[in-house]
Amino acid sequence: MNHMAIAALKTQRRNLVQSMFDEGVLDNQFNQLQDLQDSSNPNFVEEVISLFCNDAERIITELNRYLNDQNVDFSKLDSYVHQLKGSSSSIGAYRLKLACVNLRQASEERNMEECAGAFNSIRREYYVVRSKLQVLIQLERHIVNLENQQ
Amino acid sequence: MAVDKTQFHVLAVDDSLIDRKLIERLLKTSSFQVTVVDSGSKALEFLGLNYEDDDHNDNEHEQRDSNSDEDEDHQDLGVNLIITDYCMPGMTGYDLLKRIKESSCFRDIPVVIMSSENIPSRINRCLEDGAEEFLLKPVQLSDVNKLRPHLMKARSNSKDFDSH
Repeated sequence: MNHMAIAALKTQRRNLVQSMFDEGVLDNQFNQLQDLQDSSNPNFVEEVISLFCNDAERIITELNRYLNDQNVDFSKLDSYVHQLKGSSSSIGAYRLKLACVNLRQASEERNMEECAGAFNSIRREYYVVRSKLQVLIQLERHIVNLENQQ
Repeated sequence: MAVDKTQFHVLAVDDSLIDRKLIERLLKTSSFQVTVVDSGSKALEFLGLNYEDDDHNDNEHEQRDSNSDEDEDHQDLGVNLIITDYCMPGMTGYDLLKRIKESSCFRDIPVVIMSSENIPSRINRCLEDGAEEFLLKPVQLSDVNKLRPHLMKARSNSKDFDSH
């Protein structure tokens, strides 16, 4: 009974990851992360995702703060976007990375309206990737639990 | 002499927490012994090279050498390669590269630079100033596999290749 449940969950997981690739939410870098997980490091992907989310939320808060200042400190802004772009790229959060590129561009052009729009995209893309990754993690944990019961 | 089986020790430097975790996993997966630090100054500290010291003057260095155990630390730590991010606050990866290459103790340690930005002038400058390789982020397992030849070469070049 359990191995049918496990197979079903694995299919669900595979479909979720595939849909994220198809939508551009994730790119091939995420595969690289999964490849680095093995029995000696069974929680690697989850740990990276967790670090990423904490970091991204911290940065998004800062970006929001800096963007709402009277005199926007564009160099601080750029520094934070650079960090978020880097970590998005490292985990394979493709659309989020692109949103960061857009904010960097808008910031370089000192275009406040574009910055606001680009920042909203960042927030949106972050919540999309976070919620899907959270589902993925839950599936993963469920699979591992069932496998351990075997 | 089982050189292949000997573990190489890599010192990784990156200010990003996520990238530190990644590079550590990549290096360990490739069977390297790894030390990870979050800044250039911590890297120099780890090597035992005080980043405020000016060791350009060879005479000065020889004098200090007899009093310090920098050499012994260098051998004990056995850092065989330094891999560093380029963009870091304070000391950049390039600054770190220069400090390493200017150090009489550590100039022979191969240094690899990583960057998320593909800027040819940056890449060329790093390579011209002594970096062995310049890797574009996100770094892949295949990139890490490219490091081994540099380590093997450095080991066979060093005078103390019997010390391990």
